[in-house]
Amino acid sequence: MKAMAAVSASFLAVSVVWAQSRSSSKPLVAAAPGYDPAIYAELQKAPAKARNRRNPFENDPHAVAAGAILFEQHCAECHGKSAEGSPKAPSLVVREVQSATPGTLFWLLTNGVVRKKMPVWSKLPEPQRWQLVRYIKSLGGPALRVESPAAQP
Amino acid sequence: MVSRRALLGCFSISVLLVFYLPAARAQENPYFVAYDHYLEEPGNLEIEYFSTLGTQRGGNNFHAFWTELEYGATAWWTTELYLDGQTSFDDSTVFTGFRWENRLRPLKQEHFLNPVLYIEYENKNGADKILKEVEGHDMESDFLVANRQAQKERIHEVELKLIVSSTFKGWNITENTLAAKNLSNSPWEFGYALGASRPLALEASAKRCTFCPQNFIGGVEMYGGLGDRHSFGLHQTSHYLAPVLAWNLPSGWTLRISPGFGLNDNSHGVLMRWGVSREIAGFGSMVSRLFGGHQ
Repeated sequence: MKAMAAVSASFLAVSVVWAQSRSSSKPLVAAAPGYDPAIYAELQKAPAKARNRRNPFENDPHAVAAGAILFEQHCAECHGKSAEGSPKAPSLVVREVQSATPGTLFWLLTNGVVRKKMPVWSKLPEPQRWQLVRYIKSLGGPALRVESPAAQP
Repeated sequence: MVSRRALLGCFSISVLLVFYLPAARAQENPYFVAYDHYLEEPGNLEIEYFSTLGTQRGGNNFHAFWTELEYGATAWWTTELYLDGQTSFDDSTVFTGFRWENRLRPLKQEHFLNPVLYIEYENKNGADKILKEVEGHDMESDFLVANRQAQKERIHEVELKLIVSSTFKGWNITENTLAAKNLSNSPWEFGYALGASRPLALEASAKRCTFCPQNFIGGVEMYGGLGDRHSFGLHQTSHYLAPVLAWNLPSGWTLRISPGFGLNDNSHGVLMRWGVSREIAGFGSMVSRLFGGHQ
């Protein structure tokens, strides 16, 4: 019984410390604007067929509001409340993301970047992922709020 | 006595965590036995409590219960601790053991079929009744032994599962095959679980709501034994069919309920299950800060 108690007490601590030590020694990306632009290379991996998919909610007036709620519930914890990025995950209001096609963002949401801490979000039904994409694309507006270092001269 | 205090401490800490730390909005599946291929988000801790009320022919009905601490170590690895117990009516309440479970996602991307590898170590006694899976020739009559006697049997078991899960047009379809080996001299035992579920609505509402249909996920699961190495098959074991329903609340809580029904004479007549869980966002970062880490 003592062994059980010891295992119970130490189990989570070991997992947490191990996982956190890995993530601290290999920081994924810093908060915007000092992020690592290489992280956005994942967007380039979207196949052409996925990239060219159109967002069925493109003209839905409610999609941005619905996407904003979904973003707050599932994404803001890592990407920041305004998608500005955090030590956990990159900014989404940069040129690389905002200039990506809706299909590319949908593909990335669906597949995640599992080896770099971005979970698979296909557990959200397809329409909800498109609503999220619609919201993310709405954040850029006519002028991007954060200029990507990669895009600067 | 020491371990009872440790367990009470563990429970108290869990309650504090549940109520005082920020919650993440979970999108939890409704299954009690089957697993899909979605893992816990990295750094998040989910605290879950489940109950099973079971009928017992020729013996005492029972209430089995377990607590799960599920942590997303990475986006491809989820690790989980279970603490199990049960009350047999007109008998006693006993702690029945613990399990340490790990689920690993081998593929980087989503596919039509998504495999997840599962490995679990169980340290329990013979009074365990949580029925988190059915394996080998598990039968209702196994539960007739009184707690005092059943507790004397120590079980050290390794359990392997192959989880294969698909998501198609909002439906999740999952198939789990399990192989379990009691580390004493017992043969490999096998079992299965199948599940299908779908949110009641696929689109999210543009307004915050608690009772919106997209917050409810309904489905069904079926599970049972497949015999052992010497007598493989569906015979001389138990099988269950159970409708399942999960309600993901905007506050971060998830409620689940499932009335299960035995499909043959070897099964319990009814297994009434319910559960409550809450996901704690950024638990890993909090622990890291506690130990002087960067996050």
